[in-house]
Amino acid sequence: MNLLLLLILPLISAVAVLVTTTHKQSRTIAAVGSALQLLLCFFLLNQFLDAEKIAGEKVFQFTQHLPWFPSLGIHFDLGVDGISLAMILLTAVVVFAGVLVSFTMEKLHKEFYFLLLLLSLGAYGFFISLDVFAMFFFLEVAVIPKFLLIGIWGSGPKQNSAMKLAIMLMGGSALILVGLLGLYFFSNETGDRTFNLEVLSQFPISYATQLVFFPFLFVGFGVFTALFPFHSWVPDGHSSAPTAASMFLAGISMKLGAYGCLRVATYLMPDAAVYYAPIIILLATIAIFYGAFATLTQTDLKYINAYSSISHCGFVILGIGMLNDIAIRGAIMQMVSHGLMTALFFAAIGMMYQRTHTRLVAQLGGLLKVMPFISAIFIVAGLCSLGLPGFSGFVSEMTIFVGAWSNPNVWYRVATILSCASIVITAVYILRAAGSSVMGPVVNKNYLHLEDATWNEKLAAMVLLAGIVLIGMAPFLLTDLLSPGTEVLLGKITNTL
Amino acid sequence: MEIEILLALNQEWLLCLSIFLLLILFLTIENINQTLIAHTIHALLLVQVLFIWAEPKQVTVFNGMYTTNGLIQFQKSLLSLGFLLISALSLNWLKNCKSIIEFYILLLSSLLGMYFMLSASHMLMFYLGLEMATIPLAAAANLDIEKRKSGEAAMKLIYSSAFSSAILLMGISLIYGACGSLHFAEISNNLVQNNLSIFGFIMLFSGFAFKISAVPFHLWTADVYEGAPLPITAFLSVVSKMAVSFVFIKILFQVFVSLEVIYTISLSVLSILTMVVGNLFAIRQENMKRFLAFSSITQVAYILIALMGLQGMAQGAIIYFLLIYLFSTVAAFGVIGIVSEAYNKENISDYKGFYAQNKFLSWTLAIALFSLAGVPPTAGFFGKFFLVMAGASKGYFILIIIAALNMIISFYYYLRIVRYMFMEEATESLQKISVQPVSKLALIICLLGMVCLGLYGPVYEYILTFSNTL
Repeated sequence: MNLLLLLILPLISAVAVLVTTTHKQSRTIAAVGSALQLLLCFFLLNQFLDAEKIAGEKVFQFTQHLPWFPSLGIHFDLGVDGISLAMILLTAVVVFAGVLVSFTMEKLHKEFYFLLLLLSLGAYGFFISLDVFAMFFFLEVAVIPKFLLIGIWGSGPKQNSAMKLAIMLMGGSALILVGLLGLYFFSNETGDRTFNLEVLSQFPISYATQLVFFPFLFVGFGVFTALFPFHSWVPDGHSSAPTAASMFLAGISMKLGAYGCLRVATYLMPDAAVYYAPIIILLATIAIFYGAFATLTQTDLKYINAYSSISHCGFVILGIGMLNDIAIRGAIMQMVSHGLMTALFFAAIGMMYQRTHTRLVAQLGGLLKVMPFISAIFIVAGLCSLGLPGFSGFVSEMTIFVGAWSNPNVWYRVATILSCASIVITAVYILRAAGSSVMGPVVNKNYLHLEDATWNEKLAAMVLLAGIVLIGMAPFLLTDLLSPGTEVLLGKITNTL
Repeated sequence: MEIEILLALNQEWLLCLSIFLLLILFLTIENINQTLIAHTIHALLLVQVLFIWAEPKQVTVFNGMYTTNGLIQFQKSLLSLGFLLISALSLNWLKNCKSIIEFYILLLSSLLGMYFMLSASHMLMFYLGLEMATIPLAAAANLDIEKRKSGEAAMKLIYSSAFSSAILLMGISLIYGACGSLHFAEISNNLVQNNLSIFGFIMLFSGFAFKISAVPFHLWTADVYEGAPLPITAFLSVVSKMAVSFVFIKILFQVFVSLEVIYTISLSVLSILTMVVGNLFAIRQENMKRFLAFSSITQVAYILIALMGLQGMAQGAIIYFLLIYLFSTVAAFGVIGIVSEAYNKENISDYKGFYAQNKFLSWTLAIALFSLAGVPPTAGFFGKFFLVMAGASKGYFILIIIAALNMIISFYYYLRIVRYMFMEEATESLQKISVQPVSKLALIICLLGMVCLGLYGPVYEYILTFSNTL
């Protein structure tokens, strides 16, 4: 299959949205476009599994090599392996659900869907690129739509949140820029220079170069995935964003950073990754704890989910920092799982907010009686977040812990135990939020004649829920998909250990 | 010999011809049709732009004072393209302008001066071209005769350029003392690093820094940009800056190769100062024109960084960047000009809620600002990336880090305007602005340039084919 379809389809649907006149037309086109994306991604999965059987050693499938700036060694190289495919599927599901829950968008609907589809284009481009320059390009393509989505359609202090998010993400990009140039000029000082990921991974990059430029790349990508202490854009950005944008931000955007940390920083500079691993683990543990404790004090449902996202993405970083096969597989599973779970959470919060016009836990209550469907998915998302067996959260966190524990170093063990302990805190805030906002008597009489979810909202929730349950019940589907990719990622690290 | 000159100078002849025609028109006809004149000049400039596809030729005339080759021809076409777009976007202003013929005579003469400056291979020719490019601009800055600020701008421009010319001339004469010749080729052969040549070079360098308004030689920029009529401001910040940058590349890499250590130090000091000061001042600006003045000062810093790199890479990256800068800045000035003609407002806060009524203009300005900030998918991203990459090609990574930090700051003030346009509510109800078809076409060309130049790689590859010629 030609991977360019993944870029062309969102582009066509985004442009098609612009020529519509009524809201109904634009949302239909956006919904159809994103549904087609989803179908395309499943078709891609099918083709990928077929191709993998006959491919043998080759990890990246459907590779293509398109010249872009050939004299600088910049090409648009495409290809997917199991890891990027999992991310692409996640993107398709979240975007589809995101479009479905925004059917009631009132102002500037055309621009909204246009930007949302553009955002998905950036994410697809990032995941299918095998050229670091192209990855960087697509990573930044997503910044402007995020800024506008939050600033125009958001709620609360939306402008400040949008500025904060955009500037912090640009800061991350600036660090990545320095790291990329270091990689470009010092990876192969005598021969041809390149940004190609596979070629770069063959070059012996000197230890000193790795030690200097690894932090730039890792922290730069880390800003996107709320690496402590660069997490402060997350709560404001997520909370001010409109529902679909929150879903995208937490569900996919944060994964872009983690994927970059893994695919670019760790893969290309394994020696430095080993050297810096204790610091990464320290930062991850702080993020896990800090996020969890900060959530305890929040009263706004969106802030609760945003801070818990910091904590959950801390697990991803922790898994990457552990640098072993199981932990990294767990980290990727956590990326997928958190993407689906947090999107579902934000979708449920968005539906509640749209009806009750409040997100404060204290003003909600008894919603289960009024809108059973929305409340049910809210509770399910919460349970997945706290790691209940049967849902994806449990499987992925468990995998990370198993991988982390296999490292006999005392410091790593301590970090693992502390991170495990944070799950208790997660349980506290999730159960408290779910208990007081959904259970109990109806606190506000106005809530009594609110309606439950419409068909499109139900469909969106069911799609996300299906993913969560599928991974929870049959995790081997995902791990089988990921393991060839993670083996390659770790191939160079086991050599250095 | 005569025919050879005629052929070599074809772009210049065309300009001279039109200047004379305009003069005759000015002296003979009383009631002129302004639109007709504007469109005639546009057609002429279009011809100049089409020289991009003309057969490149290598000619030297006037005893080796004037040379032309494919690269110079290309650069001249770019300058004409800039002027063409600016003129097309200023139609609203030109219609109300009483002195449209003077406008074109002055700016075409300035363009002619730039042509000679680009083709110079002798210091005297270069100096003549430079003066010819600057003095008409000072007169043109005063075209809004009834505005006091316009006169102030003109005075500031003429004083500061006279001052910088004096320094430049001092540098040239010292270099003549050191090398015994003013021909570029001979200077570069005879130049050795000694106190005299270094002193001369620093003088020359400061003169250049004045012209491209690098900090600390930037003080004239903001006032002149604010006071001058908008088309002149755009011309100063786009065409004039491009011309001087092109010559700067040539002089550094062709003439002063043996002073590489000195010019690298000077460039690094200037670029850091320019970035930091330009950025910090840009944050505080409330007037759109002053804001763009400081933003263009900051853009220069990245060019200076690229100049520190390897020649081939630096030259390609700078020309490519300037091409993108042309589209972005012209689009920004174009929108601001249209708005200030319609609302008579020039402050950044006047753009609050602008998107509600003027979607096309808002998107154009937003994309132009994103391109200036260097955010993909706009071409500005590629332009900046390649500049920084060229700068890193000799390993000046500290500078790259400073540049990267400054990009974050600059991102803030570009986004602030986008925020005003898209996210704030309008304080008073704004009218929908009707845009002239020609201006709209120019804006669409700029948009295409800003979006497609980066995504379509061969443009850069084409520019890079010149990288071995100077």
